[in-house]
Amino acid sequence: MSVILNVENWSYTKVNQYLREKILEGETEFELHGVNGHRYLFAGIKQKIKAKILGVPGLDLGCFMSGPEIYVYGNVQDACGNTMEEGKIVVYGMAGDVIGYSMRGGKIFIKGDVGYRVGIHMKAYQDKHPVIIIGGKTGDFLGEYMAGGTIIVLGLLSQHPEKPITGKFLGTGMHGGVIYIRGELDPFFLGKNLKISPINEEDLTYLKTILTEYCADMDENLESIINDRFSKITPVSHRPYGNLYAY
Amino acid sequence: MKPINFSSFYPDFYVERLENKCIKCKICIKECTYEVHTWDEKKKILKEDHSKCVGCHRCEAMCPTNAIIIKRHPSQFREHHLWNPYFIKNIYKQADKGGVLLSSTGCDLPLKIYFDHLVIDACQVTNPPIDPLREPMELRTYIGSKPEKLEVEKTETGYKLKKALPPLIKLEMPIIFAGMSYGAISLHIHQGLARAAKELGILYNTGEGGLHSSLYEYKDHTIVQCASGRFGVNVDYLNAGVAIEIKIGQGAKPGIGGHLPGEKVNEEISKTRMIPLGTDALSPAPHHDIYSIEDLRGLIYALKEATEYKKPVFVKVAAVNNIAAIASGIVRAGADAVVIDGIRGGTGAAPTMFRQYVGIPIELAISAVDKRLREEGIRHKTTLIASGGIRCSADVVKAIALGADVVAIGTPLLIAVGCTLCQRCYTGKCPWGIATNNPELIKRLPPEVVYEKVYNLMNAWRSEIKEMLGAMGLNSIESLRSNRDKLRAIGLTKEEMEILEVKHAGE
Repeated sequence: MSVILNVENWSYTKVNQYLREKILEGETEFELHGVNGHRYLFAGIKQKIKAKILGVPGLDLGCFMSGPEIYVYGNVQDACGNTMEEGKIVVYGMAGDVIGYSMRGGKIFIKGDVGYRVGIHMKAYQDKHPVIIIGGKTGDFLGEYMAGGTIIVLGLLSQHPEKPITGKFLGTGMHGGVIYIRGELDPFFLGKNLKISPINEEDLTYLKTILTEYCADMDENLESIINDRFSKITPVSHRPYGNLYAY
Repeated sequence: MKPINFSSFYPDFYVERLENKCIKCKICIKECTYEVHTWDEKKKILKEDHSKCVGCHRCEAMCPTNAIIIKRHPSQFREHHLWNPYFIKNIYKQADKGGVLLSSTGCDLPLKIYFDHLVIDACQVTNPPIDPLREPMELRTYIGSKPEKLEVEKTETGYKLKKALPPLIKLEMPIIFAGMSYGAISLHIHQGLARAAKELGILYNTGEGGLHSSLYEYKDHTIVQCASGRFGVNVDYLNAGVAIEIKIGQGAKPGIGGHLPGEKVNEEISKTRMIPLGTDALSPAPHHDIYSIEDLRGLIYALKEATEYKKPVFVKVAAVNNIAAIASGIVRAGADAVVIDGIRGGTGAAPTMFRQYVGIPIELAISAVDKRLREEGIRHKTTLIASGGIRCSADVVKAIALGADVVAIGTPLLIAVGCTLCQRCYTGKCPWGIATNNPELIKRLPPEVVYEKVYNLMNAWRSEIKEMLGAMGLNSIESLRSNRDKLRAIGLTKEEMEILEVKHAGE
């Protein structure tokens, strides 16, 4: 049985306090109704709980969290998954800027478009490998300073059919990890010191596994996506600023 | 054609070996990490390459017969007031390598040191000084936001506060250790500082390099830092200390990020920063989720929510032109403490142009901020922590009289453990075992030595602060805070005195 809660008239602090109490009592499933700009929901939660959010959560959904699975039936605001370590956030809508800032592990799946600087400074560590999959299109500076993990942009469903699939300065300062873009990517959009290559067998196997999960969550057809061409973007060097200094 | 390196022609230092004293034991070869000393097997003599010497004095200090003297190289360029050797050599270096000049420690320019233009008051005749050896002297200070007023209600068992106090941290003296990351300095230094902080009842700061597992036991004396790179930051880390510091900037390099080169990211550092072995650790210049005071409030409250409002959140910024307005915004964003780092603030590595020329002195910044917060009626909502160029206990007293609650120190701690300010921390080759993580070099400075030296230094400063307070007729550090009347200026302009809110000596 999940805990069903209408938080329409609650402050975010009260919601988080209540959730923490219930989690400590051993509750593992939650359904939040009337979410309307509530910030920091599930901040720093470590337990492997499941939650449904109906409405639009505010800033920093799931920041510093390390475990929960959150399904959002609506859009999310900026910095969702900020410095998250483990868990999963699935958004059946669009997302704002700096999604997954510095995330070290876990998954963020977005059905629609995302804003600027998504996946900035993502990093992988030991068995942790963060993944962001964007069903729509992205703003500028996707994967800026990226140090590890995977970002996949599908461009399936967008508010902006006229725009290119990603914004400019993609992967600026990137020194680790991989970005996959469905279709061709004009190098004009790329930051410095990056290379575009076609995907190989290993990439395809990985894409198949992770996109199977995405398609199951989003009710998309895997066949029609996986058979498309993908461009793979990786840094030329893991030390992009190695020669910056005169000693 | 063989490349010409003009920068190698003119060494900074001269290694003088006194042949009558040298016993050819070769300790100098072992001690020098810059390979200045070499052994010529054929001629059976020790040789030296002056151009490699950074002036750290390690060989001189370790030579068993005092046979080595490190001097400034006597070779001179023709005098030119504008084009002094510093600029000439920097240009050679950049022409050779084509890169950004790097330096370590704080700004070394002869900018005006305001501390040295301020003198401290003492009681004579009309009011008696207090002798701290015989009378109680209160150095205890609390960090955190203080309520506007206290409301007390009577209960059956006694009295209690109507509203719970925000989280406060008790310090036994108004000094904390500044953020210096594991990576920039050795783990032994962190271990020694943490232990000293515990014994002294104060705090040390992890810096932005995460918290090594051996340091979790000092949690009641730890400030954990959350910087733009978020290295080693997870919810356990945020809860591992008594406070969280959001690092926006530092005095040595305002407006730019940090960069720990991949070759320094060894196994332990990789674990602590939670990044793969050997990758560059880049801290972006801004936190990309913070582009405004409102966004800063976003991160402050994200951290408070994640730690259930149990930890005060500090915000550290560099002292820059509009620091008073910036600090006011930071307080309004909900910071329990504002840490302001002046242009003299130290660093493990900063581009030289930033270290030397960006930012303002801490004395002016702290006074301007204190004044502004008082005028706006929000001074009590935050604790002001001043850092960057505090050299002695009198500087601590002066900083507090200018409006700081607490001071943070970094460079004095490193000097206490042997640093000679050669300013080459960025090489990672520190022969004194301080700014390095080379497993052989860190053995030169065990944690126990760090603990002892730092404890001694702080013990000495504590006594001196008590003496100075007593001489002023004060018996509590809180009575000194923002008490400009206890200071007088010597040789400052009217404008400077206005900013510092001090009168001229004789007035």
